[in-house]
This record gives sequence, structure tokens and C-alpha cells, in this order.
Amino acid sequence: MFSALLLIASTAAADDRSKAKEQVEFGVKVAQNGLWNEALYRWKRAVEIDPSYAAAWNNLAIAYEHEGRFEEAKQAYEKALQLDPKNMLIRQNYDLFKEINERTKRRSAR
Amino acid sequence: MSARNAAALASLVVLGSLAIAGCTGFYEIPIETPIQPKMDVSGFQRVLVAGFITGGTEDVDANLETVRLLRSQLRTKSSLRVIEADVLPLAEIAADQQKEQKENAAASGELQPVAQLASNGTSNGSVQPVPEPRQPEKVAEPKIKNEKDLQKYDKIFADTAYWRKLGEEYQNPLIVTGTVLFTPHQSSGFVQQNREVYDSFGRRTVIPVRTYMERKGFILAPKFIFIDGRTGAILYSEGFREEILYNAQQNTPALSSYFELMDRLVPSFLSTLSAQKVRGTRVLLK
Repeated sequence: MFSALLLIASTAAADDRSKAKEQVEFGVKVAQNGLWNEALYRWKRAVEIDPSYAAAWNNLAIAYEHEGRFEEAKQAYEKALQLDPKNMLIRQNYDLFKEINERTKRRSAR
Repeated sequence: MSARNAAALASLVVLGSLAIAGCTGFYEIPIETPIQPKMDVSGFQRVLVAGFITGGTEDVDANLETVRLLRSQLRTKSSLRVIEADVLPLAEIAADQQKEQKENAAASGELQPVAQLASNGTSNGSVQPVPEPRQPEKVAEPKIKNEKDLQKYDKIFADTAYWRKLGEEYQNPLIVTGTVLFTPHQSSGFVQQNREVYDSFGRRTVIPVRTYMERKGFILAPKFIFIDGRTGAILYSEGFREEILYNAQQNTPALSSYFELMDRLVPSFLSTLSAQKVRGTRVLLK
């Protein structure tokens, strides 16, 4: 009984990931064509479907950054890193973002 | 190496190693991150780059050049309409104001007039008791040589009545003013340079050599002050400092050094008034 429940749960999770992946891939395609609003919407959908999908959080953070929504970008990057702390590409994106974010903060503190 | 360069280099290394490893679930994408301006200028439609109190070398008319450069930058890179007006000789205006204040104070009995004291000294042929208020024309040295000299004229920026009056004249624009110190600079010391060396087998190696060098150049230290033409009050001010040094044998004109240094500062100046975009790349994942 228990193993059956586990199997159902893991199948559902795999389903979620697959649906979220579709959203992520579509988002990547439209972002490459400069349609950032649409991409942002797709990646938002992806993290709603599968909140444990680090790549979706990473892409969402980039879309927020592109929109100048720094606080939301920060939270999304941190979530992505929390889910996949060893991912060098997410770390790299976050480091580049942090540099700009800190510069902006220094300005507003003046 | 700056943090940004280091990060960009690290990014290339990471991407390169992933490409070699055959990972295909990532896409490098260019992004433009918008940075909000430091000042809210939505209340203004026009900007007047009025003039600057300048000092340092006399090889460059820093007041005229700064006004011209900032006006042309604002014309193309901001949404504000740039007012074309004569460049204010701000140092002279500030000096006149100070003189006037002193005379007023003297007239009210607080201080004996400087001019009167000076004329007393010359009329009876004796040694002058006080120095002349104005330097003789023959002196080639600029009146304002350093930060300390500039500070003497600083009061004009706090003179709200003066700026409000100027604002009224030009229909209440945002006024850009400030100080610009452009001074010659020399530096001597040991500099590390790479030198090619060939051994007896003709093999080339590069070794670091410490060489004593005399270098000369300039320091540019402007302070930009933004004044509300409606009230005469200072809205924002920011100071910068940039320097450049050349080999002492290199004869670089002061004006080209001035523009080279100004080029470095202009983006920071513009980001005070208008939103800027920082271009970079990020990596999208699948």
C-alpha cells in the first residue's frame, strides 16, 4: 500500500516536472526573441506547477532582473540556489546580478 | 581586474567547460538591466547647464568645455530640453557676491572697507597695510589652484535667491552647476614592465623589470550640483575624481586629457538624470 502511494506521488511529481519543463522551454524560446513579458509569464507558471524546479527559478530571476524588479529577482535567484546550490551557472548569474543590485543600493543610500 | 570583468571571465570559463562536457540545457542570452536615475526629474521639462567654478590649469577653459560637453550629452541622452544660454562666469559672479557682502558688512560698521584701506596705503606713499583684493593681471597662475581655493566660492551654491532668480529667467528649469578642478599632476617612481629576453639558444622569455619612470598627467575633480530652478534649493550633488598619467616624454595636450577624463565621468553624470541600461549576459536553463 505504502509503496503504491510512493509510486503515485513520484509519478505525479514527474508529471509536474514535465509540464513545468514545457513552460520553461517555451519561455526560453520567446525570451530569445525578445518577448520578455511572455517569458516571465511562462516561468512564473513553471514555478507554480513545480516549485522545486531550480532552472525555472533561475530563468524567472533573469526575467525579473530584465524588468528592473530587483527584489523579486533576488528572491528568485536565492530560491534557485537553495534548490540547486552546486549549479555554477545559477551562481554565476546571481553574482552578476548582485553586482548591479549593490550598485543601485549604494546610489539610493547616497 | 574589476568584479564585473572577473565575473565575465568566470562566466566564459564555466560556459566553456560545460560546452566541452556536452551540456546543452543552457542558453546564454543578452540582457539589459534598467537602473533607475538617482534623481526624480519628472517635475522638470528643461535643463540649464549654467556654468561652473573652475580651477587648476589655464590651458583648458574648463567652464566653457564642461558646459558644452554636458549640454551636448544631455541633448542626445536625456528627455529634458536643453536650454541654450550664455555660459555663466560663475567664479567671477561668486567673487563679486563676496565683495559685495564684504562691502555691505563694512558699510554697516563691522569691517573697514578693504578698498579704502588700500587707497590709504598708496596715497601717502607708505607700505600698503592690506593686500590688494584682486591679483594683478600679469600673474599667470590661476586664481583657483586647489580644493581649498574652490571652497572660498562655495557659498554661491547655497544662495537660493540667486538660483531662484536665474530659474525665473529660464522658466524654472533644473539647473546644473558645480565646480571643476583640472590640475596638472606629476608622479615619479618604480613601474613594473615586462621585458623580452632571448637566451643563447634564441629562446624568448618575458621577465618583469622594475623601471624608474617620471610620469605626468592631469587630475580631474568635478562636483556636479543640481538645483531646483523653482526654489533655488540644491536637490542633489555628487563629486568625482579621475586621474591620468602619461610617460613624461609624451606630450599630450591638456584638452585631450580633459576629454579623456570627462569621458569616464559622463555616464555617471547622465545616470543622475535619466534611467540607464546595463548590458550583460545571463544563462537561461532548461
